[in-house]
Amino acid sequence: MIQPKVPILKLKNCLIISIQWELDDATALQFQQDVLKKIHETNARGVVIDLTALDFIDSFIARILDEVIQMAGMMGAKVALTGIQPPIAITLVELGIELSDVLTALDLESGLDRLQQELEG
Amino acid sequence: MDVSSVSILTEWDIVAARQMGRSEAKTIGFGAVDQARITTAISELARNIYLYAEQGSVTIGRFEKDGKVGIRVIAEDQGPGIGDVQLVLQDGYSSSYGLGAGLPGVKRLMDEFDIQTEVGEGTKITIVKWLS
Repeated sequence: MIQPKVPILKLKNCLIISIQWELDDATALQFQQDVLKKIHETNARGVVIDLTALDFIDSFIARILDEVIQMAGMMGAKVALTGIQPPIAITLVELGIELSDVLTALDLESGLDRLQQELEG
Repeated sequence: MDVSSVSILTEWDIVAARQMGRSEAKTIGFGAVDQARITTAISELARNIYLYAEQGSVTIGRFEKDGKVGIRVIAEDQGPGIGDVQLVLQDGYSSSYGLGAGLPGVKRLMDEFDIQTEVGEGTKITIVKWLS
């Protein structure tokens, strides 16, 4: 069973990532490496990760995302998470998982806007 | 009573267990939030088996008691067992590896939580979510 990689697009100085299917552990770890590599290659200053399609996030995926936020920060890129659905917000809080200081927005478009404001401001 | 079981041997089996859980929860009639709670709880328990016991099984099925309907998940392994159960059930407790949200998180996601464990024998965790 090999899952396809998560595609990473570049738009101006931002990377845009939409996670479209449930990630297994190996794909999630690969995703983490790919994002950092792409930040390095493109000198991106912002990263939007859209989670609209996910119907659950367990502590492993949450940890991967949290690490991406921190690692990207070390490389000078700010991360915005978008499209977190109500069931995911509820389960993450009940599980007791906290994400690092991160921009969030309801959808990809407003996430990009907020990120741009942050980068310009 | 209808139950399905997944052996947990590789990390792929974690995916299989939660997919089975999600589909069973949907069939029983749980809404999106409870489906997410159940799927997440199964994922945490299956990952614990994979990380700490190497192998075990997750059994999922419709469950009825006292006129209530719900889903019951049993995660069982013959791993090292847990020495200090009180400690691992303490809020904020997570293993030294920092993986997993730990058992208190799983307990909060579900309505019932039972753990039986013996050092050197293994661990059996039973969780139930009622359809309300």
